Amino acid sequence: MQFEPQLTKRFNIENSYTLNVALQHGAYASLPKLFSKKPEEVIEEIKISGLKGRGGAGFPCGMKWSFIPKNSTKPIYLVVNGDEGEPGTFSDRAILSKDPHLLLEGVIAAAYAIQAHVAYIYVRGEFFREIQILNQAVEEAKNSGYLGSKIQGSDFQLEVFIHQGAGAYICGEETGLLESLEGKKGQPRIKPPFPAIQGLFGCPTIVNNVKTLSSVPWIIANGGAAYAAIGTKDSTGTHIFGLSGHVQNGGYWELPFGMPMLEFIETYGRGVKNGKLKAVIPGGSSTPVLTAQECEDLTLSYESMAKHGTFLGTGGAIVINDQTDMPQILKNLTHFYAHESCGQCTPCREGTAWENRLLQKIIQGEATARELDLMVEIAGNMEGKTICALAAACAMPVRSFIKKFRGEFEKYLKPSGVTVGIQL
Amino acid sequence: MSVVFKKEVLDEFEIIANRYPTRRAALLPALWLAQREFGYLSLEVLDYIAQIVKISPVQVYEVAEFYTLFHKKPVGKYHLQVCRTISCALNGALDIQRAIEAHLHTKPGEITHDKLFSYELVECLASCHTAPCMRINEDYYENLSPEKVNEILNQLVKENNQNAI
Ligand SMILES: Cc1cc2nc3c(=O)[nH]c(=O)nc-3n(C[C@H](O)[C@H](O)[C@H](O)COP(=O)(O)O)c2cc1C
Ligand code: SF4
Ligand code: FES
Repeated sequence: MQFEPQLTKRFNIENSYTLNVALQHGAYASLPKLFSKKPEEVIEEIKISGLKGRGGAGFPCGMKWSFIPKNSTKPIYLVVNGDEGEPGTFSDRAILSKDPHLLLEGVIAAAYAIQAHVAYIYVRGEFFREIQILNQAVEEAKNSGYLGSKIQGSDFQLEVFIHQGAGAYICGEETGLLESLEGKKGQPRIKPPFPAIQGLFGCPTIVNNVKTLSSVPWIIANGGAAYAAIGTKDSTGTHIFGLSGHVQNGGYWELPFGMPMLEFIETYGRGVKNGKLKAVIPGGSSTPVLTAQECEDLTLSYESMAKHGTFLGTGGAIVINDQTDMPQILKNLTHFYAHESCGQCTPCREGTAWENRLLQKIIQGEATARELDLMVEIAGNMEGKTICALAAACAMPVRSFIKKFRGEFEKYLKPSGVTVGIQL
Repeated sequence: MSVVFKKEVLDEFEIIANRYPTRRAALLPALWLAQREFGYLSLEVLDYIAQIVKISPVQVYEVAEFYTLFHKKPVGKYHLQVCRTISCALNGALDIQRAIEAHLHTKPGEITHDKLFSYELVECLASCHTAPCMRINEDYYENLSPEKVNEILNQLVKENNQNAI
């Protein structure tokens, strides 16, 4: 596919993470244009671009920035979400280690647009090497006048600090992340108030994903309209899509939105490994699973995913072949959510654990149809009844796996008298 | 063991603490420094951290308990974290676990008698495209096979013996 890479353009250049090499290949070139605009003009440009948040929820980026109160008397913060914990997702790590200056360039633009003078980059604790690289990048940028006071001759001032997480998926949820940054357990907050009004240290805060912010420099340099012309009408620009699971060639590739899923798997993943395609979890483990048949007219875009009752999520697709036992996979996933639930909402703490226990019982051949129906019922009691979306992130795979592969679950069941027959 | 930071570490901590408007926000960085310096976070260490961050000990305990990367008991010189989540599971994570358990004669959560290795199962490490994978201390080991695991473990034993000479 012919297009100009924006996010990965320096990935294959040796030592691209150093300031010198990055500068030779266009890093920070968008700054003069950035500082020639007023902050609200930058926000307008991002709105025109149609850029959506790449952290999973797909919220329009420009609109989010515009929620920051005008004339705030409190400091404003920018927080970068580099917690990258969603199973099936691994491309933020690539940006952090291969092109940290691209992220920093995006951080400068976002901070300028919302008038933040301090930005924290929260990186998952396991990314020890990536954090070293990022720290070095911040140091180099500061020493060369790309961070600090009067950035590149402008009046704008920005300090950037790296904050190392410590192993908790829930700290990827934006308010869990803010709690964690404040030195507490990463337990999400009740919203409203939203972070844009009352976020870090009680101050207006914007939280954005690594890839969202890394998309911004190209938009500043080339204009929102040019960005909107790439991809599809509702999914503008490019994204780093990932493939893992049963593919010959796992990896990540930057592509404009809109490529057919099957072509993506064939061309980039070099096809399905050890069998034929059975299912795809399209955008990280929390998104509803699709059957091979449903994938036939699926494209890598927000709207096509929505049409199929699922989500683009993080853009990391997990491929499953026809030799796989779906109840086992769902057991693996429910274990993940039960382990990662922060425990403050009963439906989530109990629900995720019960889903996992019921699956174990089913797989051991000790359950009847009643238990299978109970799993669906519990899922219904988890969605929309909790502080954050982790409960729904567990309920969605449970519902979709049982709905689409019910026969595989039934094979494990003992005969019983009655089936309650919960509506799926 | 006297649990106080050396002067240089204390200075390092104060520089970090200055990045935040509240002192409590420096708790995670403080715990990271403590783990680097003392190997794991004993109750004594946690009490010391409470002192320097100027919060109550229980606020430190609950945070140390919440995060899985903080070791509350001693770990081996080489600490293995093996991913058990979906993409690794689809690519043979179970074979990796078995190879490790056979090689080290340990179960998840245990430490070997010579204290050289400890081993635990963890959730997705964000390296799903190079599954199955694990971390040892600060580094990732990717595209693993049982043979590769044996090689890596033998190599680490050799490295340790050489350092001992
Ligand atoms: C349980 C849970 C985990 C999440 N984990 C991440 C994550 O690891 N990285 C991320 O960028 N967003 C994650 N999110 C989404 C964030 O809450 C938030 O929407 C995002 O950081 C906003 O940035 P964006 O608008 O640029 O996407 C998670 C959400 C939930 C509910
Ligand atoms: S839904 Fe689950 S993870 Fe989210 S706040 Fe409630 S208990 Fe915690
Ligand atoms: S599932 Fe193992 S690294 Fe993601």
